[in-house]
Amino acid sequence: MEGTRSTRDAYGEVLVSLGVENPKIVVVDADVSKATRTSLFARQFPERFFNVGVAEQNLMGVAAGLSLTGLIPIASTFAVFATGRAFDQVRNTIAYGNCNVKIVATHGGITVGEDGASHQSIEDIALMRVLPNMKVIVPADAFEVEKALRAAVRIYGPVYIRLGRVPVPTVTSKCSHFEIGRANVLRDGSDLAILATGIMVSESLKAAEILSSEGVESAVINVHTIKPLDRETVLETAKRCGALITAEEHSIVGGLGSAVAELLSTECWVALGMVGVKDTFGESGSPKELMKKYGITAGDIVEKAKEVLNKKKTGRAVCR
Amino acid sequence: MDEVRKKELTEMAKKLRIDILEMLCEAGSGHSGGSLSMADVFSYLYFSGILNVDPKNPDKKDRDRVVLSKGHACPVWYAALAEKGYFDKSHLKKLRKYGSILQGHPDMRKTPGVDMTTGSLGQGLSCAVGMAIGAKLDNLGCKIFAIVGDGECNEGQIWEAAMAAAHYKLDNLIAIVDKNGLQIDGFTKDVMNTEPLAEKWRAFGWEVIEIDGHNFDQIDSAIGRAIETKGKPVCIIAHTTKGKGVYFMENVCDWHGKAPSKEEKEKALASLCGEGAE
Repeated sequence: MEGTRSTRDAYGEVLVSLGVENPKIVVVDADVSKATRTSLFARQFPERFFNVGVAEQNLMGVAAGLSLTGLIPIASTFAVFATGRAFDQVRNTIAYGNCNVKIVATHGGITVGEDGASHQSIEDIALMRVLPNMKVIVPADAFEVEKALRAAVRIYGPVYIRLGRVPVPTVTSKCSHFEIGRANVLRDGSDLAILATGIMVSESLKAAEILSSEGVESAVINVHTIKPLDRETVLETAKRCGALITAEEHSIVGGLGSAVAELLSTECWVALGMVGVKDTFGESGSPKELMKKYGITAGDIVEKAKEVLNKKKTGRAVCR
Repeated sequence: MDEVRKKELTEMAKKLRIDILEMLCEAGSGHSGGSLSMADVFSYLYFSGILNVDPKNPDKKDRDRVVLSKGHACPVWYAALAEKGYFDKSHLKKLRKYGSILQGHPDMRKTPGVDMTTGSLGQGLSCAVGMAIGAKLDNLGCKIFAIVGDGECNEGQIWEAAMAAAHYKLDNLIAIVDKNGLQIDGFTKDVMNTEPLAEKWRAFGWEVIEIDGHNFDQIDSAIGRAIETKGKPVCIIAHTTKGKGVYFMENVCDWHGKAPSKEEKEKALASLCGEGAE
């Protein structure tokens, strides 16, 4: 792992490149353009940037309207507002209307930190995942932001991309493959597999190192696309390893863990453990302190791994 | 407006009202009052030649766009689109039925001529704002019409959109508020008073024109003035009667979300022909 960078910083820069390449790209923000980094695009393309003020519901409607004149709008605000405050607008106007709007939300997850629970989005993946037509992507690092955004712009239809506030370790490379709906295997191992998304990918790689030093070989899979879930890779991995852990900076209700559980419960019964925020709101604190308190560190993954390996030993995998 | 044209638009409005009653009766559910109150405005929009639209090419890029933010009044829109030739009139009989292109609330992916999917109140005006910005950016030279309910003005998002429209000086956007004075639970003045409504829109930076929404001369001059207005969006507050044309539905709250039975429909059709009103 080399260096750290916040996904929102990467986003700001990619937006500018996209703006140069594609005149159809327009950006809409709701008074948080400095924080979301869309201000970089605004500076370069003021005629293609629209600030709607502190009005997230209008943000989504305006983005939908822009898309219907043939433009490709990218709507940005904090994850908690994009998906919570404006849920009905995203549902009824963007998703139901199948509008070509890309929602890129920053400040996802508990590592928002000091602002506290009101601003820590731990349910956005769940909210966006239940909407038909919507695709949900959580890039693991700065490199993946660029690939995710470019891929999202290439396809027609609504996409939700969740970014974070704080710098995260680089876990992919400039040339690593990215395809929406295709998970990437970052590390091989056959004792168990860790399916991780977003910043939890780097925590999972750390956990895999620790486990390896204790004689447990675990695969680490970067599930950057939560929807559509890469069923093939998840099922293949489940059958091969017989034990899975999901790791996400999100509530264990409705997120990646739930998506994987939905699939496994109908297709392949193997031991499953979920690492995520346990159905509780967060609080103020540093990202590091909060990750520890809310149980989403490499250490928590290691512990969960032991629990799941025990289940694997005592249980019996049943796959169709 | 000359008398011949006025007579044609009056006849068309009557046709739309008959279509509305027929389709709602057939559907067995739907919104009568707020569809009937907009029949004259829709007759004017689609049959006065004011809209740059082509029923044979409903998606043409530079078309004028119509957004029915008060989506529940879609029967009046469907009637106008059918009469205009966007689709066969036989579809009207399938309103709200399984497999129909005419959904209970407007769905742009199913119905030719429907420019925006709506139904959850308050959202359409925002979409119209986005379209108006996009149209300016791409120099499409088109106008965007958004039909808003007066009850719908309870929604906070309407005012978010109103603020943005004035901020971005969207003089290609015309909102028409169907001020029929009723919403589901009663008179708007009792449920949630939006008065002074004209002053509110004006305060939000819009040019406001108040008219009798059943008077073609007034509709014509208001829309003419709206198109001429530069530098800001225009809100036409159309004072209307909910259930207009059917004496037993007029200004009766219950007819907001109700469809006529066969007997009621017959009585209503007679009423449109000037019979039965006491």
